[in-house]
Amino acid sequence: MLRITGGRVYDPANGVDGQVKDVCIANGRIVADVEGGRTLDANGMVVLPGGVDIHTHVAGGALNFARGMTPENQRTATPFFHTSERRAGLGGPTPTTFATGYLYAGMGYTTVMEAAVPILTAKHTHEELRDTPIVDKACFLLMANNEIVLDLLEAGDKERAKQVVAWLIWAAKTFGVKAVNPGGVAAWKWGKDAKGLSTPVEGYNKVTPAAIIAGLAEIVDELGLPHPLHLHCNNLGAPGNVATTLETMKLLEGRRAHLAHLQFHAYGGDDWHTMRSEAARLAEYFNTQPNLTTDAGAILFGNAVTITADGPWQHLLYQLTGRKWGNLDIENETGCGIVPYTYKGSNLVNAVQWAVGLELLLLINDPWRVFLTTDHPNGACFWRYPEIIHLLMNAGYRKECVNKLPPKAQKRIVLADLDRQYTLSEIAIITSAGPARALGLPNKGHLGVGADADVAIYNKNPDGVLLFRYPRYVIKSGEIVVEEGDIRKVIDGREFISRPTFDERIEDYLRPLFQQYYTMSFDNYPVELERIERPEVRACP
Amino acid sequence: MSGIDTNPTSDFAAGAATEAPTITLTLKEQLPVPLEAEVISPDVIAGLRHDAIRALPVYLGKRLRRLDDFFDVEGGIGDQIDIRGDAAKVKWIGRGMTRGRIRVSGNVGMHLGAYMKGGAIEVSGSASDWVGAEMRGGLIHIHGNAGGQVGAAYRGSLSGMNEGTILIDGSAGLEVGMRMRRGLIAVRGPVRDFAGLQMKGGTIFLCSGAEIRTGAWMVRGTIVSFTPIRLLPTFTFACTYSPTFLRLYARHLTTLGFALPREIENGVYQRYTGDTSVPGKGEILVWQPHTP
Repeated sequence: MLRITGGRVYDPANGVDGQVKDVCIANGRIVADVEGGRTLDANGMVVLPGGVDIHTHVAGGALNFARGMTPENQRTATPFFHTSERRAGLGGPTPTTFATGYLYAGMGYTTVMEAAVPILTAKHTHEELRDTPIVDKACFLLMANNEIVLDLLEAGDKERAKQVVAWLIWAAKTFGVKAVNPGGVAAWKWGKDAKGLSTPVEGYNKVTPAAIIAGLAEIVDELGLPHPLHLHCNNLGAPGNVATTLETMKLLEGRRAHLAHLQFHAYGGDDWHTMRSEAARLAEYFNTQPNLTTDAGAILFGNAVTITADGPWQHLLYQLTGRKWGNLDIENETGCGIVPYTYKGSNLVNAVQWAVGLELLLLINDPWRVFLTTDHPNGACFWRYPEIIHLLMNAGYRKECVNKLPPKAQKRIVLADLDRQYTLSEIAIITSAGPARALGLPNKGHLGVGADADVAIYNKNPDGVLLFRYPRYVIKSGEIVVEEGDIRKVIDGREFISRPTFDERIEDYLRPLFQQYYTMSFDNYPVELERIERPEVRACP
Repeated sequence: MSGIDTNPTSDFAAGAATEAPTITLTLKEQLPVPLEAEVISPDVIAGLRHDAIRALPVYLGKRLRRLDDFFDVEGGIGDQIDIRGDAAKVKWIGRGMTRGRIRVSGNVGMHLGAYMKGGAIEVSGSASDWVGAEMRGGLIHIHGNAGGQVGAAYRGSLSGMNEGTILIDGSAGLEVGMRMRRGLIAVRGPVRDFAGLQMKGGTIFLCSGAEIRTGAWMVRGTIVSFTPIRLLPTFTFACTYSPTFLRLYARHLTTLGFALPREIENGVYQRYTGDTSVPGKGEILVWQPHTP
């Protein structure tokens, strides 16, 4: 039992905006009151619900490939030495599993979503998530280039496609559905991409990216998954891609969807020399679409590693930069590309990208529909979120940073004209309450009675960076895991899994396809529930 | 071409070496396993009292130990360090050093002077692999042989040494100057395969030639060989000439105590450009005597 007393509480989901009140915890939950137990004096501090990262890449085959590909990053990464509480590990752009848990907790985050899991490597992902301590976690399943699903959409058999999607979600023990460059990754296996939403995907006659997006969004809604379709739009990173993004949003009218890392999809111009921000245009339309949520996918200057299932984009990035390139083919399901990248403030394109991420966060009016992410490790490492929070909370500092950008870049962005400053309550929304609501996690992102006792306590400090970089206390499931900025106790987090309803007879359809096309046997394919240490299965209606 | 260090303070031959207070580390016994001793650097030791120096942390394998478990510590406090004994298993000496001087009387282990930015290191014996890896400045002079990856980039890194000078009186191993961007490496003895692999700039002198695949994937930079070497077919003959800058280099190297063979004054250089498979704009200059 624990009572946090004297702190200013920011709990936007329950309408609490900086009032001094006690937060009581018992049995890992927030309760109305407790008697006895430890009391934490939070006088002069601010109390927020634990952070929820709606889109990150922290586990799995692709990330491990990236770790192996970038030994230069490991050499300069922050070391985590073995202690009585902690396992050894490394920070850096692609932290090791244990360090990932420590770093998230050390920032006040208590729930993370691994945003791209192929079914074929789901076992590996779950093994790594098991070794990612403290935080609760879940995965999104890569689906928009799965050849069985695409074949069914081509044949117009949406009902069977729905059954297959449901079966695959449960087979991979994942939480939601992710669509990456719909049709583009399948086309990449023929060396092509899917640029136009209404052009049939390479190798298919009828199925188009638009059909995949609409089909999957509908299936996800019909299955009653807690989180809508998590969509990485086509044409990521390309100048002028705002047209594709707007077309995608129009396509999704009337359906729920989450648009991932919108920063990478908000560019105007015809080529790299004329690339400009279209954040204002995109935000204006987004503001009128209450069915959509998004995350920023902001970038920060410095080293990053780009990892995405969007293989054709990664090949282009490799050609542009001449850096290392990794390419993975996940048979029949998806692909993956990896390119280490350094964002530079002196680079026109990077400067525009930096501004676009912040502009989206500032121009989208409703903080409940735009969330803080960097698409870790693509835009920047997650442990740099405090730097973005500082930029959002301090317009003066932001303008100073804009003034340091190349003059050409300053003409192509609108960031200098934006005076909005995030309040602490809004920060609590974009880092915790909003993502929790969008994910359909009713016990996360707030401090109301019955919520998970995930709490972050910071010194009240006008400097956003310091405020969020060094929490005084972080409480996870009622346990104090961080105290005075140091990991004090390591606990295991849970994994959230969705259990959509499906007809078991769908296996009769899938089994022969596996025998014909997969190198893995059908019986070895699904992830056993016993493999996951602390599963929390959620049945879907 | 680059790498001429005009700063006489980084020059052994300039001679400021001996009078300054020097801390002497004498190895007590042969080491059974490698010792990681990146604390042996003027940046760490200068200004510390003897008891603090003795307590500096080193790793014997994975075990944390004290420096004085392995070395006797004597002498005056300053930014000059003498190491005595066979330190062939002592790694990371002079790592990241920015000033001062280290003199090793004997052999030395891997990663000598890695990441160093300034100062000077002199080794009377031989050194193991990764001498001056990713160094950014300073001078390393090995009087014996060196292992592989001299001045190279560590695995995965974009570039190797990016300033500074490495002089080797003996032979050197594989991948000398791999991915180096600036700086100078001169090797008097023979060098093994892949000298100048993926080189991006700087200069390598090969006084006794090299084995195969010299300059493979080099993008820029200069490799000078004073003996005939086997070239990859992706290098194209450009011309025969006698560049003036090589005389300047020869004079500069002489001031550093590394005289080039006298007879090279009586010859010309065949210039080959490549590696065209990248494609690259590097050059390999192969000396040949004047034909009568």
